[in-house]
Amino acid sequence: MTSTTTTVNTPRSTLARIIAAGTHQRVLAFASLIVLLIGFSIASPNFMQASNMIAILQATSVNGVLAVAVTLVIITGGIDLSVGTMMTFCAVITGVVLTYAGMPLLLGVVAAIATGALAGSLSGTFVAKMKIPPFIATLGMMLILKGLSLVISGTRPIYFNDTPGFSEISRGSLIGNLIPALPIPNGVLILFIVAALTAYILNRTVLGRYCFALGSNEESVRLSGVNTDRWKIAIYALAGAIVGIAGLLIASRLNSAQPALGLGYELEAIAAVVIGGTSLSGGRGSILGSLIGALIMAVLTNGLRVLSVAQEWQTVVTGAIIILAVYADMMRRKKSN
Amino acid sequence: MSYLVEMKGIEKRFPGVHALKSVQFSLKPGEVHALMGENGAGKSTLMKIMSGIYARDGGEMFVDGNPVTPDSPRAAQDLGIGIIHQELSLMNDLTAAQNVLIGREPRRSFGRLDEAALNKKTAEIFASLQLAMDPRTQVSTQTIARQQLIEIAKALSYNPRVLIMDEPTAALNDAEIAELFKVIERLKADGVGIVYISHRMDEIKRIADRVTILRDGAYIDTVDAADTPLSKIIQLMVGREVTQNAPVFPDTSQSPVALEVRNLSRGKDVRDVSFDVRKGEILGFAGLMGAGRTEVARIIFGADPRDAGEILVGGQPVNIRTPHAAVDAGIGYLSEDRKHFGLAVDMTVRANIAMANMDQFTNRAGVLDEAAMKRIAVKYIERLGIRTPSDMQDVRLLSGGNQQKVVIAKWLLRDCDVLIFDEPTRGIDVGAKSEIYALLEDLAAQGRAIIVISSELPEVMRLSHRIAVMCEGRLTGILPGGANTTQEDIMELATQRESALVGAEETR
Repeated sequence: MTSTTTTVNTPRSTLARIIAAGTHQRVLAFASLIVLLIGFSIASPNFMQASNMIAILQATSVNGVLAVAVTLVIITGGIDLSVGTMMTFCAVITGVVLTYAGMPLLLGVVAAIATGALAGSLSGTFVAKMKIPPFIATLGMMLILKGLSLVISGTRPIYFNDTPGFSEISRGSLIGNLIPALPIPNGVLILFIVAALTAYILNRTVLGRYCFALGSNEESVRLSGVNTDRWKIAIYALAGAIVGIAGLLIASRLNSAQPALGLGYELEAIAAVVIGGTSLSGGRGSILGSLIGALIMAVLTNGLRVLSVAQEWQTVVTGAIIILAVYADMMRRKKSN
Repeated sequence: MSYLVEMKGIEKRFPGVHALKSVQFSLKPGEVHALMGENGAGKSTLMKIMSGIYARDGGEMFVDGNPVTPDSPRAAQDLGIGIIHQELSLMNDLTAAQNVLIGREPRRSFGRLDEAALNKKTAEIFASLQLAMDPRTQVSTQTIARQQLIEIAKALSYNPRVLIMDEPTAALNDAEIAELFKVIERLKADGVGIVYISHRMDEIKRIADRVTILRDGAYIDTVDAADTPLSKIIQLMVGREVTQNAPVFPDTSQSPVALEVRNLSRGKDVRDVSFDVRKGEILGFAGLMGAGRTEVARIIFGADPRDAGEILVGGQPVNIRTPHAAVDAGIGYLSEDRKHFGLAVDMTVRANIAMANMDQFTNRAGVLDEAAMKRIAVKYIERLGIRTPSDMQDVRLLSGGNQQKVVIAKWLLRDCDVLIFDEPTRGIDVGAKSEIYALLEDLAAQGRAIIVISSELPEVMRLSHRIAVMCEGRLTGILPGGANTTQEDIMELATQRESALVGAEETR
């Protein structure tokens, strides 16, 4: 590579730049996570146990994957309210393919991801082609998908008892088989793989570049001769495909597709994204931030439970954290200006 | 004679507006062709048709003599036509290189980006512009002028044969304009044809070869820039003679002081600024971009906190911490950015005029008195000569000059004794400008104290009874208004940097 022939006057390694890019955004969230971990360990000796750490990671997996999906859409300046019920819809379709039609496991996996991609591209089309504001378009999709899940399943859960290995998707542990001392569930492994891949797409591919560009100044991208509609649909479709993976994770964990489930997950995912420092006005954000955001939420819930705080209060604390996180981010940004 | 681009009989209609009526335009290789006209004359519309953003409703367009119909910005780029838009249209969160090559990123397999090649290509373009900038610089960290240069680099990256520049100097200071003109000269030498849209008359003389004038969507004339006097061009633009009488200033030196500012400071932006304005006086503020003029105004108005300093209104010290307190003290501030801060553009003229004074129009239960609002709105529409079909017209449908009058009406209703105008004629055409000037003089004659911040020196000199000049946050001097002060006097103070000042003090 002859990249050193440029007239760039501050040579830095690629790695250094990746770390530096948007670091300040995440530092705060990361510091909060560390503070929470230390705080809870001091408060309760049960908190810092390996089994509890794994429980936290397991609890993060579904929300984390959803947060990764929503991050893409939010960076474009949009929002996706449909990810919760879309996740359920994907799970139900998987149930139909595996349990009703008796297809092999791999087809069920493909069905979940394809269903998500399709539903996402539909949202994307509403937003890009029909110019419906993302909030409304995905609110509509949220209800449509919730209704369809109930219709298709006949409002009854679909169990995966006939598909051997399905529950392994989330609950098994490939790593644990290789290294018995590290029984990290597959669900967590999948979360990290999805996050890493999406981070790569976001920072290293054309699709990712247009996520930031659209969120930064959509009209300008359009006037530069870019087919913004097509890219927007592609971004929503990718987010949908990732939601499909979340659908697999939750169905596997419950060993069933629960058609009534889903509502509320979208808000948890958006909360994780916001805590992670991604700007709701678009143009700025990171997958790592959203991952940390999702972890903070899981640590909070778990830690408060270990301390025997009532569940009602856990919700109150989460709400307060969201407001604090955004306020802290705004203060920091004001100072840096 | 061979034209690079030729447009004939161009027609364009928007709902309710005949925007272009059989307009013609031609561009030769290596020429700068200025497109002049008041706001709404159709300049930008014509150029948007040329650059594929709008489709024409009628007429013909030729590139190198071949008929063409660019139906998208991409198609126009393929024909070699590039445009630099009036409003900066960069993506602030991206780097310079990512902006310059947006849509044409060097790619590797699977849609992966080749960031090294991206930066290298951009560095080459910057080098050809003699622009010293790291391609990886984030755009939002750059000054407006540097962003403008990134925008130009972006347009040049398409290797255009035709470059349209829509008000490229609106946000630049004189030194930066000189830089831009050097770039334009180099492009000319390479045979690029440049369409230049500007409201600044002096620039036309400096760089244009030919001038085409549009008025109300109609083609008026194309003249040679070198041997056509500016007055003639202005006359063609407005369709009437614009008289420029030497201003006569009233003597206000004995009037009571309306506003006094002592030792105002805020970080590096404003450093130890002191001045006063008397009743009936217009005090102009001149200086380069970023000299701290707007910052001073915002502190006086309570929009920004101050580190130190005193503000006295009518001789009494006042503690202004919020805009609300400023208004109570009788100070009004008309922001340079009308659309963002001054007006609710989607609301009616009536609603906007009443906006800052709702108490006057509500009864105890909080119900609005529309009849009273209408009375006041109609009164101000007449008094200020706001051209609007009715007081129920949405403000966004008015021209820039009339929008500015609505802002002024809003503040007059508050009965402020001190009015601060920040760039009152930005984006307003020649005809409406003189109306705004007359209005400001009128307000002063009524005994109000007026502060005018303007980046256009002729405007400051035309209006101001006294001229305060700022440089790098300091007030470097206050000059008398009128014929005795020249542009050079002002520029000397406006560029008096700190090092020079220290030297001056030592010799004292």
